[in-house]
Amino acid sequence: MTAVRRRQVLALAASLALAATVRGAAPRVIPVVAKKFVFVPDEIRVAVGEAVVLELSAPEVLMGFSAPELGLRADIVPGQPTRLPFTPRQAGQFAFSCDVFCGSGHEAMDGVIVVGADG
Amino acid sequence: MASSNASSNRRDFLRLAGLGGVVFASGCAGTAGRGAVDDFYFVQLSDTHWGFEGAPNPDARGTLPKAIAAVNALAEGGGGGPDFVVFTGDLTHTTDDPAERRRRLREFRELATMLKVPTVHFMPGEHDAALDRGEAYREFFGPTSYAFDHRGVHFIVLDNVSDPGASVGDAQRAWLADDLKRRPVDAPIVVFTHRPLFDLAPAWDWATRDGAQVVDLLMPHPNVTVFYGHIHQAHHAMTGHIAHHSAKSLIFPLPAPGSQPRRTPLAWDPALPYRGLGFRQVEREGGSPPVPGREPWQVTELPVVKA
Repeated sequence: MTAVRRRQVLALAASLALAATVRGAAPRVIPVVAKKFVFVPDEIRVAVGEAVVLELSAPEVLMGFSAPELGLRADIVPGQPTRLPFTPRQAGQFAFSCDVFCGSGHEAMDGVIVVGADG
Repeated sequence: MASSNASSNRRDFLRLAGLGGVVFASGCAGTAGRGAVDDFYFVQLSDTHWGFEGAPNPDARGTLPKAIAAVNALAEGGGGGPDFVVFTGDLTHTTDDPAERRRRLREFRELATMLKVPTVHFMPGEHDAALDRGEAYREFFGPTSYAFDHRGVHFIVLDNVSDPGASVGDAQRAWLADDLKRRPVDAPIVVFTHRPLFDLAPAWDWATRDGAQVVDLLMPHPNVTVFYGHIHQAHHAMTGHIAHHSAKSLIFPLPAPGSQPRRTPLAWDPALPYRGLGFRQVEREGGSPPVPGREPWQVTELPVVKA
């Protein structure tokens, strides 16, 4: 095995070990703020099999979070952060939106959860 | 009373005038046992969004008056006008300003008085009612849910918008159950609502949170048809034997359910103004006993202006 090839194998092993550590660790908390009329962030990247918790907050008015393809939904009450745990099982792009009517920009208040093989 | 001849004359008139769009028949074949129902038709207008301003409709203040003129022309065309008009919600475009909301509702109500029909029925959409749970709407139009009877058909107006979370709610479902219990199981029933009662496109919020429970209440009744709005396009679907028909908008069309990532309005085409907008005539072919296999409701889509 050449030195270059050896370094590549070691790097791959380190990468796999890191991924295993991540998957065995406490869920990653992802803060998501729902405000008129946008989610911040509106793109959420997670890895297949990665345990995460969406920590949802709404600083202004009652909002909703709905990602029906992932079976996720919650009301987001101002002053009461809502935690939504999930572990995606398949890669893909999954739309989410506000499903509590909140005003003139409600229909444009959406985002996407991107589930990738490596996050 | 509208006669069969008048009904035929009206269809002939629409065909000759080039007004009629796709005709969709709906309903149930097995209607034996229900009471007598007269021939008549009503007109459904939806999603007028009075107060909207934007590129998707550069004639936002002109479209509804044109539609009202088109409805009035039905009566002048020789076939007789509709028995009633129903607006299935989103009469006005939403605003955070309660005074502006009331101004839009007031203007809309004044416009609706221009309709030359015996009766106009109203119901709210989420743009009218969700931000104040229907308070302003009720000041101008009364209850957000109610029922009425017309020529042997029982009509039920359900409110699935005053709750910003899009639920019909326990109290209204209890009222519905009681209302249904007090009439023959095979009575002809029409439900008007704003949002779809089934999960048409939940990712676009095109659903009712407890819609499945409402459909469960309706399911024992063999002669139920639902007409709704919200999605700004004609769409036809079934839940079991119950047909659900959404109506076009009178402000801007929206894309087909789930056909693109976002539910953004379809662009206005200056070469084809008002494309995708319109209203509909819904005709009841009655009779007692009903003709086996004949569908009782015929839906004819009509444009805002003649092509």
